[in-house]
Amino acid sequence: MKKFLTAILFAPVLAFAAGATLHLDTAPDKATDMAALQNGAKIFVNYCLNCHSASYMRYTRLKDIGLTDAQIKDNLMFTAEKVGEPMKIAMQRAEAKVWFGAAPPDLSVIARARASEAGSGADWLYTYLRTFYRDENRPTGWNNVVFENVGMPHALWELQGEQVMGPDHKLMLAKPGKLKPQEYDAMVADLVAYLKYMGEPVAEFRKKLGVIVLIFLGVLFVFAYALKREYWKDIH
Amino acid sequence: MSKVNAILQGTLNWVDERFPLTANWKAHLAEYYAPKNFNFWYFFGSLAMLVLVIQIVTGIFLTMHFKPDASLNASGVPVAFASVEYIMRDVPWGWLIRYMHSTGASAFFLVVYLHMFRGLLYGSYRKPRELIWLFGIGIFLCLMGEAFFGYLLPWGQMSFWGAQVIVNLFSAIPLIGDDLSIWLRGDYVVGDATLNRFFAFHVIAMPLVLLGLVGAHIIALHEVGSNNPDGIEIKKKKDANGIPLDGIPFHPYYSVKDIVGVVVFLMVFSIIVFFMPEGGGYFLEYNNFFPADPLQTPPHIAPVWYFTPYYSLLRAVTYPLLGIDAKFWGVVAMGAGTLIFAFLPWLDRSPVKSIRYRGPITKWLLSIWVVGFFILGFLGTKDPAYKFFGVLPGAPIAQLLSLYYFLFFLTMPIWSSLDRCKPEPDRVTMK
Repeated sequence: MKKFLTAILFAPVLAFAAGATLHLDTAPDKATDMAALQNGAKIFVNYCLNCHSASYMRYTRLKDIGLTDAQIKDNLMFTAEKVGEPMKIAMQRAEAKVWFGAAPPDLSVIARARASEAGSGADWLYTYLRTFYRDENRPTGWNNVVFENVGMPHALWELQGEQVMGPDHKLMLAKPGKLKPQEYDAMVADLVAYLKYMGEPVAEFRKKLGVIVLIFLGVLFVFAYALKREYWKDIH
Repeated sequence: MSKVNAILQGTLNWVDERFPLTANWKAHLAEYYAPKNFNFWYFFGSLAMLVLVIQIVTGIFLTMHFKPDASLNASGVPVAFASVEYIMRDVPWGWLIRYMHSTGASAFFLVVYLHMFRGLLYGSYRKPRELIWLFGIGIFLCLMGEAFFGYLLPWGQMSFWGAQVIVNLFSAIPLIGDDLSIWLRGDYVVGDATLNRFFAFHVIAMPLVLLGLVGAHIIALHEVGSNNPDGIEIKKKKDANGIPLDGIPFHPYYSVKDIVGVVVFLMVFSIIVFFMPEGGGYFLEYNNFFPADPLQTPPHIAPVWYFTPYYSLLRAVTYPLLGIDAKFWGVVAMGAGTLIFAFLPWLDRSPVKSIRYRGPITKWLLSIWVVGFFILGFLGTKDPAYKFFGVLPGAPIAQLLSLYYFLFFLTMPIWSSLDRCKPEPDRVTMK
């Protein structure tokens, strides 16, 4: 009986060892790095929040990452009037569809949606935002390694520069951008950290609360078990 | 003090003359005698009740904020999908309630599967407990319906396409299939009408039936008394007062013991809710964070883990029979795979109930069946072209295991009566 239970436990683990074809770079973990999250929010608002909405995310929620309402209002709100408003955009979806072929998706939970067996959603985004390359066959002039024939042009090209696909299927920087490659990677990491935060703003609090709940249950277990022992001492 | 007691006793008497409160308390708790040798496997009945309560309470609060509406809001997001994110962000503690509900769904199946496996181990379905078992199967089927209807509600890609696939299965039924599937959906594709009716089924129809069946399950159980790991009847040996010698009152003995089980369960439950609410994509599928899009079929549609063994049975059937499409026979296999448990009381011909006193044939065949169930479940989450370690093709393995799944039950009358059993003890043993 014991043996077959062990076999059951390990069968899925062994099976998991296979699989995963898409290679993703691991996004640096900056979930508790407030400066990185704030920088990511700045980049998001400046570069993404023109075509993409984040309609479940309210500006005032950014207080989570160490900002004040005044800071949010003065630095991050370009289209909204009140900090209680969600991050919406002015572009009409029907028009966007005509211009881009598809309406740009809402990015509120994109970091959760892009997770797969190949890696976390953050990994996917971190790789995606660093692997745009020039492709004259595409209407936008851009293609992407992890999102083939993507509809979005490279919105961050000024910063990264222009990459081209080399003959050995490796990306090469043909024209440098404003940032050095390491600086660009760090900036994308900040942006991805922000997107991940936005996917589930409560995530860090949730984990902290979880520790307290488990400590409580641990103490409760001691008492519950002692009570059971006390009642059961006469049962043989 | 005595005055207070007198008032309390008076109130109780007043109630008892009008409603059998004390009688019920005694019959179901204080003087319900349960075997004293329950082991680990006997925690899962009370835990299933706990999860039922969690699901009902969290579900009530979710309905206060959820909107079963498939139309798009100004940002182009379906209202239902957006209302779930509203719960996650703007409703105070909404995230906790939602994660408890989504984790509760998986926990319910986990607990019920373990509860059913307990029945298989100790022959709990055998005479005189056939009706308890049948009510239990009813609960299991109801739970599957409940989970299926509920999974559509967040209106993500997996919700939508999962429902599309399952409802389409009915179209495989000859003659009436196409009309039937349109009738079920209320539309030609899964749409707003489907979402609204699934909401109605999920929050009222199924829970009502479920509660009725749970009541019947417990009433039947308390009528005949619980089985135990030795598979013998404690009611055969009674003391002068007619109390089973190996029985102890459910309350306080099992109430305090079950509290320990509840605390341990809540610890596991909390680890998932607070640290891994997506359960690695098994409890909340990643693709379901994309809003439903009828124009974009996901590359890979997989049901949630608790349905995958039956999904494997469905996909295992690839041959048309009697001039009817293979898909229909797949549906038949899937349905039979869930219903076949109901026949266990009459398929099992062993002279003893408990695995403790059954022979090697039972132990081996059951072990293989359980392992097979896990592998079928795993393969059900994968593409049909999946290969173990990149070489061993999954599809024929699933077919082989599906065949075994049914043969295990269908040949049970033969092997269960052939097995070399050990003698059962007179009295329960405390192992």
